[in-house]
Amino acid sequence: MGLTGIFLITFLIVHAGVNACIFLNDGGATFNEFAHFMSHNWIVRFLEIGLFVGLITHIIQGLLLWKQNNAARPVGYYYNKPSKNSNWYSRSMGILGTLLLLFLIMHLYHFFIGTKVALYSGDRPHNLYEEMKLVFANQWVVIAYLVGVVALFWHLYHGFQSAFQTLGVNHKKYTPIIKMLGLGYSVIICVLFALMPVAIYLKWIA
Amino acid sequence: MEHYHMNLTLKVWRQKNSQAKGNFDTYQVKNISSEMSFLEMFDVLNEQLIVEGKEPIAFDHDCREGICGMCSMYINGQAHGPWQQNTTCQLHMRAFKDGDTIVVEPWRSQAFPVVKDLVVDRSSFDRIIQAGGYISVNTGNAVDANAIPIDKKDADDAFMAAACIGCGACVATCKNGSAMLFVGAKVSQLSLLPQGQPERANRVLNMVAQMDKEGFGNCTNTYACEAECPKGISIANIARLNSEYIKAGLSSEEK
Amino acid sequence: MTLNAKIPPGEMNKKWSDYKGHVKLVNPANKRKLEVIIVGTGLAGASAAASLGELGYKVKAFCFQDSPRRAHSIAAQGGINAAKNYQNDGDSVFRLFYDTVKGGDYRAREANVHRLAEVSTSIIDQCVAQGVPFAREYGGLLSNRSFGGTQVQRTFYAAGQTGQQLLLGAYSALERQVALGNVKMYSRHEMLEVVKIDGKARGIIAKDLITGKLERHFGHAVLLCSGGYGNVFYLSTNAMGSNVTAAWKAHKKGAHFANPCFTQIHPTCIPVSGDHQSKLTLMSESLRNDGRIWVPKQKGDNRKPNDIPEEERDYYLERRYPAFGNLVPRDVASRAAKERCDEGYGVGTTKMAVYLDFKDSIMRYGRTEAGKTGMENTDDATIYALGKKVVEEKYGNLFEMYEKITGENPYEMPMRIYPAVHYTMGGLWVDYELQTSVPGLYALGEANFSDHGANRLGASALMQGLADGYFVIPYTLGNYLADEIRTSSISTDHQAFVEAEKEVADRLNKLINIKGKQTVESFHKRLGKIIWDKCGMARNEQGLKQALEELKQLKAEFWSDVRIPGDINEFNPELDKAGRVADFIELGKLMCIDALDRNESCGGHFREESQTEDGEAKRDDENYAYVAAWELKGEDYWELHKEPLTFEIVKPTQRSYK
Repeated sequence: MGLTGIFLITFLIVHAGVNACIFLNDGGATFNEFAHFMSHNWIVRFLEIGLFVGLITHIIQGLLLWKQNNAARPVGYYYNKPSKNSNWYSRSMGILGTLLLLFLIMHLYHFFIGTKVALYSGDRPHNLYEEMKLVFANQWVVIAYLVGVVALFWHLYHGFQSAFQTLGVNHKKYTPIIKMLGLGYSVIICVLFALMPVAIYLKWIA
Repeated sequence: MEHYHMNLTLKVWRQKNSQAKGNFDTYQVKNISSEMSFLEMFDVLNEQLIVEGKEPIAFDHDCREGICGMCSMYINGQAHGPWQQNTTCQLHMRAFKDGDTIVVEPWRSQAFPVVKDLVVDRSSFDRIIQAGGYISVNTGNAVDANAIPIDKKDADDAFMAAACIGCGACVATCKNGSAMLFVGAKVSQLSLLPQGQPERANRVLNMVAQMDKEGFGNCTNTYACEAECPKGISIANIARLNSEYIKAGLSSEEK
Repeated sequence: MTLNAKIPPGEMNKKWSDYKGHVKLVNPANKRKLEVIIVGTGLAGASAAASLGELGYKVKAFCFQDSPRRAHSIAAQGGINAAKNYQNDGDSVFRLFYDTVKGGDYRAREANVHRLAEVSTSIIDQCVAQGVPFAREYGGLLSNRSFGGTQVQRTFYAAGQTGQQLLLGAYSALERQVALGNVKMYSRHEMLEVVKIDGKARGIIAKDLITGKLERHFGHAVLLCSGGYGNVFYLSTNAMGSNVTAAWKAHKKGAHFANPCFTQIHPTCIPVSGDHQSKLTLMSESLRNDGRIWVPKQKGDNRKPNDIPEEERDYYLERRYPAFGNLVPRDVASRAAKERCDEGYGVGTTKMAVYLDFKDSIMRYGRTEAGKTGMENTDDATIYALGKKVVEEKYGNLFEMYEKITGENPYEMPMRIYPAVHYTMGGLWVDYELQTSVPGLYALGEANFSDHGANRLGASALMQGLADGYFVIPYTLGNYLADEIRTSSISTDHQAFVEAEKEVADRLNKLINIKGKQTVESFHKRLGKIIWDKCGMARNEQGLKQALEELKQLKAEFWSDVRIPGDINEFNPELDKAGRVADFIELGKLMCIDALDRNESCGGHFREESQTEDGEAKRDDENYAYVAAWELKGEDYWELHKEPLTFEIVKPTQRSYK
């Protein structure tokens, strides 16, 4: 879980980085250039397979955990006060992950399928930037994306430091730093992701 | 400290034996002193039940000074009740006020089946220790105690881990019913000490295998165990268990 | 029948090595055929089970708790003594031996004590090898501290949890043998009878506490490691489950009970707060190193302690014993506290407590700390804060425990303390080999009487438990079993097993069918009060005789009016407790008889008839230098056998701490 988690964390850096290109406000030129590179470069496409393997592994691990952990307590408590000993988001990784999966399906439907169709259906140039503007014109889609990003934030906020603990890193000096890094990372990534649909919907960028 | 008396409503899990289906029963106790320990309040209730011709509530307890690890009640939604770093037997009635309703349940875990009422079977912990929670040294084989100096920090960390009383509050609290804090504490203690080195890799592999076999859940790092542990065992021990396990797994020659 | 202690001949310091050199051995193939039953898994039981399992014997171990790790050895706080002399302060095997005999007020058997001192050093080695995390210095070597009644630093410790760490060490060794198949562990089982065949102990009847089923277990030898009987007082520092039942059943089957009236009252416990109290909690003896004990000079003074000015406080230990002050041995400190409270100087709501005050040491440490940083001229508040930090480091966990129980902050207000029953020096009579007067039946640890005389020194109980289990019994048991190799396992269908089981079943049936009105707990409380009032810190002839009458009455009432809910064939803690209380009532009687017989004061046994002019204990070596071993002859009727105590090395003198 930790290992695949860290792998996915690194992917999000790239993803958010490419997305951030829209804020250059050059009508999507740089963004489209990167997007084209990402969808056509064979190394990236090879890595893409790895990404899906990582993602699916992460999901399968999560499901297995859910199954095993449920079996570990067949009879639950009548009265339980978990808020006294732990944070809600640390206990809600499964729910947050499920939300993220639903979000991901929508997200892939919006952008991934179009890109792939374009890739295999000939040389009609695919303008992802324009497609994005189209999708984010719908306020319900924007709201759904924001919900997805909020879920992502809590998932990352717990997941980042949790991954290190799972991999056996817990140190008086370094763990607080890791936790700070995790918070910074989660905030930056999620703010970047949230700004895209908002900026486009509110027409902050051309 | 002001002393006071209180009347309480208790909602307690009753279960005749391991096969029976249990249910909650409600009891009233009166004139409970704030000076009493939680278990002494239960003594009062049990005396009352016996006099009334009813069956007293079975619960585990022994030393009543917070060290044997036998007492095990889930009180108002928390293992060992509302006080931090505290066992049920050391919880005092000062923690409650007149008119309170208190819900008391047994530890809930697949690996801790209920024996009767609030009593559970924690022999799974013994079997985990049997799987490797020791240093193999027969009596009489030891070298002089000062022959191997041990870094004070390692010795202190080992002691902090060894302070575990094996009560099972970590398992009871964990939303996954995981025993990683218990196992992590023992693995840490022994892997920090030079005496524990020869069996280091096998120990962690065998203890984790036994833990899984017993039906404990997995750790998802909510750290609830650390917060509820009566001895304040640190989750750093779980991280150490993880790293020991990874290292041992990678270097193991067994397939 | 005469008592033969089987003390090996020769010089004191060669007895044990000579014994080991000549003792009979059992070859490994035969060991596999020999079965040993061990009752109790505290320090003595767990260490014995592990060591005998390692040797190859087939061991069955029993404990009434849910796991062997819960035995009450776990609650020992202070430490364990060993004559390592790591501090280079003049310690030696001889000094540990000498201190223990003297501390026991010359009522222990010299040869046993010498052996204890000899093996003490191996215990530390063994424990460290097992991974017991003793406290260490920055150089990585073991740390020591001093304890009451000695002038050297020989106590090894693991914060305030030494007993826990030692027990977990022994427990892990035991579990290793369980995993290897050498030991079979029976948790939640209580021994209810010894089975004797042809005069030898051959097994036990045990009750599975979960199902209530009785089980028969055969053994070529039976080892009782079942701890002490302090719970006869109802309130004690013992665990709730600690009981005399195993030892008492053995006594009823012919094992003599020695010095039952020798009980240790520990001076520093948290006082009783009300009728609801179920047990007492110890505050480690180490606190007396830094705390000063006092009561108000004025009777019935109701002011808060901090409002009582210095000149109106009576530091009575410092006044009475200027040489040792607050560090007098346990028995002396306990009696002095009782004397003040009885005279009406006690404090707290119950007036049965004295103050243990840390203010002076906090200021003293504070000034030292201030001196280190060149802040000599700072104000009192700063000095206090600095000193508080030092005290917190030394005793933090004890102060926290005190606050949890009493709700009072001991940094701001002096602790209230009062003596409480802590340990029993008496127990089953054993010879040098730890064998009771029944062949094949052994008693180890607190369950036997042998090493502490009339008063045990701090940090010696852990030492004795582990000495017996790790280093004594593996040799002495072999000496017996070597002659048993031709005895094949006896079937548990043997008539003796059938009869023993029937006896147990009949008794359980009888108990549960009394169907009276009073609870087991109420009888236990009444028993405790009788023993505490009349056979507690001070005893006299009149009181003891009265106690015997009251006990007779109590016993009759118990067997006609006790109410035990539930059934026999189920998990029934009330039934288990009833059996234990019934045995405690009988033991209580023997304690009073023994206390009555011993018309002298020694160690923890203070007969008011035998005291000096200024109220100190007066021993009578001429008439009472013996071990009183009681043989049960009929119901509530005992015959006294005297094992004379001869002191070759440590010549008895009157103890003085003035």
